[in-house]
Amino acid sequence: MSWLIGATLFWLAAWALNVRLAASRFGATRAGRITVAALFGITLLVLWEGLVRGFAVSPIILPGPSVIGPKIASSLPILWADFVQTVIKGALTGFAIGALAAFAAAIAIDRSPFLQKGLLPIGNFVSALPIVGLAPVLVMWFGFDWQSKAAVVVVMVFFPLLVNMVAGLQATDRLHRDLMATYSATYTQRLLKLRLPAAMPFFFNGLKIAATLALIGAIVAEFFGSPIVGMGFRISTEVGKLGLDMVWATIAVAALSGSALYGLIALIESRVTFWHPSQRK
Amino acid sequence: MTRAMPVLTVLGAIFALWYLAAIWMNATWVYDQAQRAGTTVTLAQVIPQTMAQARPLLPPPHQVAAELWKGVTAQAITSKRSLVYHGYVTFRGTMMGFALGIVLGVALAMAIVRFRVMELSVMPWAIISQTIPIVALAPMILTVSNQIGIDNREVPKAIISAYLSFFPVLVSMVKGLRSPDHMQLDLLSTYGASDGQTFRKLRLPASLPYFFASLKVAIAAALIGTIVGELPTGAIEGLGARMLIGSQFGEPLIMWAALFAAAILAGGLILIVGLIERMAQARMGVPA
Repeated sequence: MSWLIGATLFWLAAWALNVRLAASRFGATRAGRITVAALFGITLLVLWEGLVRGFAVSPIILPGPSVIGPKIASSLPILWADFVQTVIKGALTGFAIGALAAFAAAIAIDRSPFLQKGLLPIGNFVSALPIVGLAPVLVMWFGFDWQSKAAVVVVMVFFPLLVNMVAGLQATDRLHRDLMATYSATYTQRLLKLRLPAAMPFFFNGLKIAATLALIGAIVAEFFGSPIVGMGFRISTEVGKLGLDMVWATIAVAALSGSALYGLIALIESRVTFWHPSQRK
Repeated sequence: MTRAMPVLTVLGAIFALWYLAAIWMNATWVYDQAQRAGTTVTLAQVIPQTMAQARPLLPPPHQVAAELWKGVTAQAITSKRSLVYHGYVTFRGTMMGFALGIVLGVALAMAIVRFRVMELSVMPWAIISQTIPIVALAPMILTVSNQIGIDNREVPKAIISAYLSFFPVLVSMVKGLRSPDHMQLDLLSTYGASDGQTFRKLRLPASLPYFFASLKVAIAAALIGTIVGELPTGAIEGLGARMLIGSQFGEPLIMWAALFAAAILAGGLILIVGLIERMAQARMGVPA
């Protein structure tokens, strides 16, 4: 009972503090925003722990953060091996291949109005389909190891990226194109100096969407067959063994890698498209 | 017609490539069989054999179409082998998740626009929640909801689907509720309008175009969520479960038929949402 009351009190106190912070001048600064968000995150963890202890929930159903934390610390080698197998070999390889392929295909399509008119509606439609369903087929073709996971990721990220990149290549101003024409710029010059830079905000938008899809694809593909290492494998076997603390540890790693990948792309984006209005401070 | 031509050409090219790939990929099996039988086969003999295998590596389009047709018409639609039945299960899950996602997204957006503390504390975590691969959470959601006494397999599926579909609604609604400009807000404050009145008469109508635009993204996400939710949660019905069964029993045709049924379902749902969007726009006087 005291756990429940304690957690609730903590929640109320943190919320009151957040309300004051948000209204204060500190809340308008960068540090203030991070503090408020972090406080909210900590509150969620405390509430989780309080509820688990207060209602005496069995660790077989839902372990609290205080159980999961030590589990992460004690099984770092396994988590690292899973991370390498799923994220680095599966997701990132597929992500890189898919992004390069979409980039190249978009530039190729862009030269032909006929292909644009033909492929764009199809690309738009396909990027809304549950492509993840191809996972069992690709696992059958490429085997159980990371190659099949990378293949799933390639197919999943290709179409959203293609659609974004083609839209980006068309996003130049009339004025800018006319300027290039008065300079009598060649196709390559126009592409390199005007259209590719102009397409970059769109491409990075696509990359951000694709980053999440990449991890989903790599993990789902492991449900259809995998070697005895990998995050999807770990989750499905540990659920079967009721080792839920290990499942949550893997989820924490997945969440961290997803956020890190997203953050990395956002960082590169701010360097590449520093000129874009959304990046100005 | 000028718009359909390029699309049809590209579709035709895709089918041609598909057939070629099917011949190329399935030929290995034919050659293996011939070698084991001690006979040799010519290319002209191989091609027909790649078109009608029971377990092809890549089934050609007409085999998938036949399996799809069989799945829809060969039995009563309530049968466990009927794709209509499984499609309906997936559809129901998608709709539940979609509805839940819309409610959650709109409610959060309203709170975020109204209270600054909500924006500062919830918005960053909403973004982070989308970078977490939901499939990792899916088996957990099933275990937890099972243990707290929810036997219904629909619930975990709907939660996963709502988790993916609430985000586009949330982002668009925040944008939409903030879209009225200062002049309009100032006008309402000169009328002495209360917060509630400003919300009902200005912010809500202004946000509707954003809302409908987000629905298309949300319905696609909801369907992906439902199918993913059917994979690891041990579901025995639904298109995702059909894919899993096809994969585990080595029946590629079942897998492909389920895949295309899912694609058709996705296309239909997007079409319907698009129609609703256009109807709403027409009613609100947006020029088509």
